[in-house]
Amino acid sequence: MDNIAGRKSALSWAVNISVVLLVALWLFPTVGLLVSSFRTADQISASGWWKSLFSAEQVVQLRTGGAEAAMQEGDLWVVEGNLLEEAEDGPAPGITITRFGVSSKAVDAFAVGDTATFSKDEKTFTMDAAGTYRFTSTEKLRKRGQRVFITATLPPDFTLENYDQVLFSGNSNDSMAKAFFNTLTVTIPATIIPILIAAFAAYALAWMEFPGRVLLIATVVGLLVVPLQLALIPLLKLHLNIGIGKGYLGVWLAHTGFGLPLAIYLLRNYMAGLPKDIIENAKVDGATDFQIFTKIILPLSFPALASFAILQFLWTWNDLLVAKVFLIDATGNTTVMTNQIVELLGTRGGNWEILATAAFVSIVAPLCVFFAMQRYLVRGLLAGSVK
Amino acid sequence: MSPALLGLVTIAIGVSGCLGYFYLSNLFLDKVLFPPVGPNAGRNINRANMIRPWLFLGPAILALGLYLGYPVIETLRLSLTDRTQDEAFVGLANYSQMFAEPKFWEAMRNNMLWLIVVPAASTAFGLLAAQLTDRIKWGNIAKSLIFMPMAISFVGASVIFKLVYDARPAGNEQIGILNAVWLQFEGGIGSFLILKLMPAVLLLSFAAIVTYVAYLLLRPLLESAGTVLIKALRVFGAAIGLWFAYTALSNAVTVFVTELEYGAPQTWLTLPFYNNFFLMVVLIWIQTGFAMVILSAALRGIPEETIEAAILDGANPFQIFFKIKVPQIMPTIVVVWTTITLVVLKVFDIVFAMTNGQWETQVLANYMYDKLFRANDWGVGSASAIIIMLLVSPILIWNVVQARKELR
Repeated sequence: MDNIAGRKSALSWAVNISVVLLVALWLFPTVGLLVSSFRTADQISASGWWKSLFSAEQVVQLRTGGAEAAMQEGDLWVVEGNLLEEAEDGPAPGITITRFGVSSKAVDAFAVGDTATFSKDEKTFTMDAAGTYRFTSTEKLRKRGQRVFITATLPPDFTLENYDQVLFSGNSNDSMAKAFFNTLTVTIPATIIPILIAAFAAYALAWMEFPGRVLLIATVVGLLVVPLQLALIPLLKLHLNIGIGKGYLGVWLAHTGFGLPLAIYLLRNYMAGLPKDIIENAKVDGATDFQIFTKIILPLSFPALASFAILQFLWTWNDLLVAKVFLIDATGNTTVMTNQIVELLGTRGGNWEILATAAFVSIVAPLCVFFAMQRYLVRGLLAGSVK
Repeated sequence: MSPALLGLVTIAIGVSGCLGYFYLSNLFLDKVLFPPVGPNAGRNINRANMIRPWLFLGPAILALGLYLGYPVIETLRLSLTDRTQDEAFVGLANYSQMFAEPKFWEAMRNNMLWLIVVPAASTAFGLLAAQLTDRIKWGNIAKSLIFMPMAISFVGASVIFKLVYDARPAGNEQIGILNAVWLQFEGGIGSFLILKLMPAVLLLSFAAIVTYVAYLLLRPLLESAGTVLIKALRVFGAAIGLWFAYTALSNAVTVFVTELEYGAPQTWLTLPFYNNFFLMVVLIWIQTGFAMVILSAALRGIPEETIEAAILDGANPFQIFFKIKVPQIMPTIVVVWTTITLVVLKVFDIVFAMTNGQWETQVLANYMYDKLFRANDWGVGSASAIIIMLLVSPILIWNVVQARKELR
């Protein structure tokens, strides 16, 4: 717009840089979680996730061989070997170690090649830059080896272990697999059923003449903003009284009820905008309302149906409150992912590797839907809020 | 039966049931009840057409009535009764009990803060993002990335931000980015500029803006236009504006004189008062994308002639934005603002997952959940739900009035 007079906007650079900053600011938190879900617990607590993307000097804790690896040389017990090769989940061999330490209080007390002595016992420890070490003691060694802290520049290192743990371990505390399927079970019927009911109602409100139509539309608009908090207790009471209790049926019905106003509103507005001629021609040709609806209106309304389906999918997938009230009972067999994550926050608040992975597992599905069908989502939001 | 199978069966039953109901009821109407044949054909068609809308609307009206209409009335009734006394009518006892609780007022105060900060910040950021991304080539990609948090659940976002706010004891490596950044400040000139001068300037400019708005509201009073009600509303609005200005000014002073604990990692979520803002950031982060998408569509809808005319008249980009574009999209800004306001009033998951209302972060929706499902006090819980409803109702009425206007 600015260059209609033939000049390029002087602000162009500033705009580009501001947008880069804004996008970075918005992405940063999510990327942090994603990166953390690929790191081990030790890595997460040793350094901030933003440092893990680059080679960095890090301190790693390793162990020498224990008593069974020891050989006797005169009156000394000696363990020799290579720290990096022996370690099961340590850094890969081939790195250069710069410093080491034998106590957690001074993790980088010695340069490689130095000999570390221990304050109490007659022990010595020395190692070279490749991790080859010699550990001697005048007394018989304990079963577990000596702790050694090495300082080295390590390349970025990521693991899929957390996903394995969260998805396939079967550990009932950490497992998201069951919660994932439960969420799916809640989401799909809760998305499809309101669409059907709403589509018929929207057709009636858009294309049929009957007394009270305007009043009904106004009511739907009013119900659009009724906070669902109001519905919790009365409906829970109702469900318990009529025998549905807490369970899938209850949560499907609740989501259907709560989603209907928006569905009717979106679909009615869309259907009312369809060309009148098509419908009148069909009527002249002898089509019934039911035929007009299923053969003409429904296929033409696909964009609006998709818009609502996405909104309702995101809403039901991400919901916590409705599931907590209407679905999850004392046994916890029907827990959904959002609830599982909240529980993990309580029980494993410090275990970021589990938390981050669990959260990411729950975020992936909506993100895929989001990126695949963003167009319809935008359209739905525009139609649902702009009046 | 496994839940997944149950789900599939339900989809099948639900979908075929719905379709079957609509098909069969229409068939019954046309073939049996009022067939359009015989001597009464014409009358029958008319009769059938009077009934048909209600067949189409039936399930929806039933569901809406049962799941949204009935609960409003039932909650109102519950808020006036006492569950422990066999649901006896107790008048406003639940309300007075609730008003006597400091936790309720804490929730109200926090909710008011949320209601001001979140819609304002989200709309402002959204407008900024919409305006900036509309001018660049890769704007659509940038938009989609800023919009992305909309797809993330409040709970997921809470985990994301808990990591951002994470704090380790002093001396350990900080893994929360906020503390890592915080520890970079040592109290030198940079810290002074960023942590004292900048917030103070921001607060002062906020105070200036609300004072100006208050002035705009009060100015027509001198010319004595409008009814008493409008005048009263103007005075009321101006009073609120001046109160904000006063609060902002006093906070600007506080920010300036407070000694900050440089070098000490902070547990952000337990700092009273300020932790509210750390929670609000989560919602702002989510809602900005929404505001951006809607406002960007509105910006594109502005007639180009108005902007071309402004450029020819020598307006600079800032003038074009604030004096030409913003006034034209004002209705959309209001809609975005109210939509986010509705989200804020119902905010539950974020507070529940991050602090559960501890450290003075309670909000109404979480207070209500506490009362209903922890304290099992349905009376007070329902009363607080009614308070939420009351806060929503101005928007509800406005929406209904708008919708009726549109239909006429």
